[in-house]
Amino acid sequence: MSKTIFEYSTPGRMGVTLPTREIDTPIEAMFGAEQLRAKPIRLPEVSELDVMRHYIMLSHKNHFIEKGLYPLGSCTMKYNPKVHESLVRHTCFANLHPYQHEDTLQGALELLYELQQDLAEISGMAQVTLQPVAGAQGEFAGIKIIAAYHKAKGNTHKNKIIIPDSAHGTNPATCHLVGFEVVELASNPDGRCDLATLRGLVDENTAGFMLTNPNTLGLFENQIEEIAEIMHSVDALIYMDGANLNALMGIVQPGKIGFDVMHFNLHKTFSTPHGGGGPGCGPVGVVEKLIPYLPVPMIAKNDCGYYLDYSHEATSIGKVHTYYGNFAIQVRAYIYIKMLGAKGLRRVSENAILNANYIMKLLKPYYHIQHEEYCMHEFVMDGTKQKKEQGISTLDIAKRLLDKGYHAPTIYFPLIIPEAMMVEPTETESIDSMNAFAEAMIEIAKECNENPDMLHDAPLCTPVRRVDDVRAVKVLDPIFQIQD
Amino acid sequence: MPYISNTDRDRREILDRIGAKDFDELIASIPAKLRMNKPLALDKPLSEMEITNKIKAKTCQNICAGSANSFLGAGVYDHFIPAAVDTIVSRPEFFTAYTPYQAEVSQGTLQFIYEFQTMICELTGMEIANASMYDGASALAEAILMAVRKNKLTKAILPATLHPDFVKVIKIYTEGIGVELLTAPAKNGRLDLAALEAMMDESIGSVVVQSPNFYGNLEDAKALDAMVHSQPKCLLIACVDPISLAVLSSPAEYHADIVVGEGQALGNSMYMGGPLFGFFATKIDLARQMPGRIVGGTLDAEGKRAYALTLQAREQHIRREKATSNICSNQSLCTLAAVVYMSLMGREGMKEVAIQSAQKAHYAATELSKLNGFSMAYPDAPFFKEFVLYTPQPAAKIISAMLPCNIYPGVDMAAYGMPNALMIAVTEKKTKADIDSLVIAMKEVCHV
Repeated sequence: MSKTIFEYSTPGRMGVTLPTREIDTPIEAMFGAEQLRAKPIRLPEVSELDVMRHYIMLSHKNHFIEKGLYPLGSCTMKYNPKVHESLVRHTCFANLHPYQHEDTLQGALELLYELQQDLAEISGMAQVTLQPVAGAQGEFAGIKIIAAYHKAKGNTHKNKIIIPDSAHGTNPATCHLVGFEVVELASNPDGRCDLATLRGLVDENTAGFMLTNPNTLGLFENQIEEIAEIMHSVDALIYMDGANLNALMGIVQPGKIGFDVMHFNLHKTFSTPHGGGGPGCGPVGVVEKLIPYLPVPMIAKNDCGYYLDYSHEATSIGKVHTYYGNFAIQVRAYIYIKMLGAKGLRRVSENAILNANYIMKLLKPYYHIQHEEYCMHEFVMDGTKQKKEQGISTLDIAKRLLDKGYHAPTIYFPLIIPEAMMVEPTETESIDSMNAFAEAMIEIAKECNENPDMLHDAPLCTPVRRVDDVRAVKVLDPIFQIQD
Repeated sequence: MPYISNTDRDRREILDRIGAKDFDELIASIPAKLRMNKPLALDKPLSEMEITNKIKAKTCQNICAGSANSFLGAGVYDHFIPAAVDTIVSRPEFFTAYTPYQAEVSQGTLQFIYEFQTMICELTGMEIANASMYDGASALAEAILMAVRKNKLTKAILPATLHPDFVKVIKIYTEGIGVELLTAPAKNGRLDLAALEAMMDESIGSVVVQSPNFYGNLEDAKALDAMVHSQPKCLLIACVDPISLAVLSSPAEYHADIVVGEGQALGNSMYMGGPLFGFFATKIDLARQMPGRIVGGTLDAEGKRAYALTLQAREQHIRREKATSNICSNQSLCTLAAVVYMSLMGREGMKEVAIQSAQKAHYAATELSKLNGFSMAYPDAPFFKEFVLYTPQPAAKIISAMLPCNIYPGVDMAAYGMPNALMIAVTEKKTKADIDSLVIAMKEVCHV
């Protein structure tokens, strides 16, 4: 068991040196007694070495990309180039203040302007805002834009958004936050939107439709033209959840095939680091008619240079972030796009698709796959065979995979596939690493037959054994009890 | 091709193995008319050397606040960051790791978040904190939404002294749910308590206080406590500067129900305002209404101490449209910087940073207001590390005049209705000489 940083604390120890005071105004001269804190803050008192050892020891307990493959469907855990990290840390990026005079920010603003342009080209959208700081916040901004569009046209009765049952949980959660009612659309036997059902759901109150394309089954929604026709006939707008844009670069431009609004997940498509859960960045692209509703400010250019443009504030949805979004993430995506160019980005998507199909082919004899057609950048297999024959759940299989040095696939999602395992190798994996991963999955399929108990007990070789997350809820322990 | 391992030979082998004659066969499900018929119009690809030069050229066109003599604040602050912070945050073990859903291979991330939550509770005096929100503004917006979930009262009072950009973010986050935002007026740079008292009734669901407020002034939070809690259902939401809490009252001392704030000052570089992170803490009985990820301690199958994400039934991936929020991330790496920062600083270091920032800010205020034509906008209000100064000339003119000498004298308050005023922030990084040179530059620029 590893101690918390608080348990290393020794009174009087310190991990930092600060300058001696040049000005020594007593605290009492600056603040009234009623403003002062009664109880001291019990932060740990530790040396720099204590801190380094502790957090490096913790780092050893993580799985991370450089350690091994992450077959996480929909999450796209590709390799993050190290040049991004070294360049973004330049002092003239890291130490910029958001309220500096625009004349002192020209390099940064130029970079952002170019990134807006490049994302617009990649998506086929007319304009892009970089402000949302995560995919879910991008969804929020995008659905707000849809609401603003209808409001401006006086269509306040439009209160419904249709979402397929295979969608990410953020889609319905976002619509609720914006104030829309969510209507769920069932998938057809091909794993795509059921058009007949969709026609029955659409009416004058329909404000929009949210679609992930390729969808979360890894299949391209090939009826998008018909969907667009149905939606646009009642002036409803189509939102594309861009989580899977990494399969489409240089192949399809969403803005040119019927989508009106979309978000990008910069970490999934443009290889910014996942960061153990964030920070992310979720730019939003829109077609021409929705430009007036984009958040303020946009990054614009005139004869004097680049500037923060608030000129459309009267029609804009407003601001979703205090400043201009996650600049440090935007810089990384910029570098990625500039290094790959058109050909490179297309190769990224092609190899993502090739790799997913390759693994699907290797695993097909061992795991049930409901949709056997060629997939895009990911596919969904499931553990129903193992569940039925050996009583082994997808969770058991996922945990056993951890023992073999891999992260688990995305499991129990999409919700429409029982015992789902969603696999996405990404384009950065080589044929050799995919062979090794497939070998591990095949071994597990054999272990299900030969030693099912071991599967129930897995993982056996990880820093801790299977974690009791039910207990984490029942006996809620969200903070360490610091001893005085 | 950068970052793609497959060679042409591998590609052929993959296609053969799949049984496809070419790549196009794999994407046959995409109707031909939907496909692009020409390449993307992007610049030609650059090598690592070329992109390095291109980025360096761009950085040369910026003059960063970090190397100038800068007094900019208004929510993003230039506090000192020990080198060890970046050494930890730069480790791929942390920055290329996934969200810690698979607890057995994510104990590193889970434990630092648990430690982060503990430190936030220690600063704020609260009982539970989440793993962080996007920024202080969205954390505050989510706090208001949480209050509505708790007491079903849809009116929230915001102080006129709240950061105006926070107000914008709150507005966009709360209008869809039907929250009515009321504004309590300001008086002398602080919340007008008498006016607030007159607004209070049983229909008010929450009252927000920001202290230090947008203008840098400290609110009389203790007086607010009685006023807000005279309505038994109403929640007091405090938005605070985490550095200030090393010396100033913890929100628990004035019985705040939810505490949020912008955390960037804790070990994170400014990066033109992003990424930031919002911290979010509350009382344990409100835990199930909280937004965002929460880490909890538990046991593994052998009874050993372990950590896991907890109370996930609140979240969008389980609850979908009934979730407490649509958030699907936390600013994990920023909170790692914060937890390492707070560990290095410890209880004495944090206090010293807070005291030196306040001392230097007060020295700057005293010296600047001695100048002819300059005066404190709110002379009677206590402040922490930031204050508003009336200037004899428009602030925009002063800011432009000081650009050549690499001094950023503060934020122009014209956008906030005060054309002849600067908001000046001073952290412990400023030396007495830096402040003195600001004073001299003010004299020269304004001819006083």
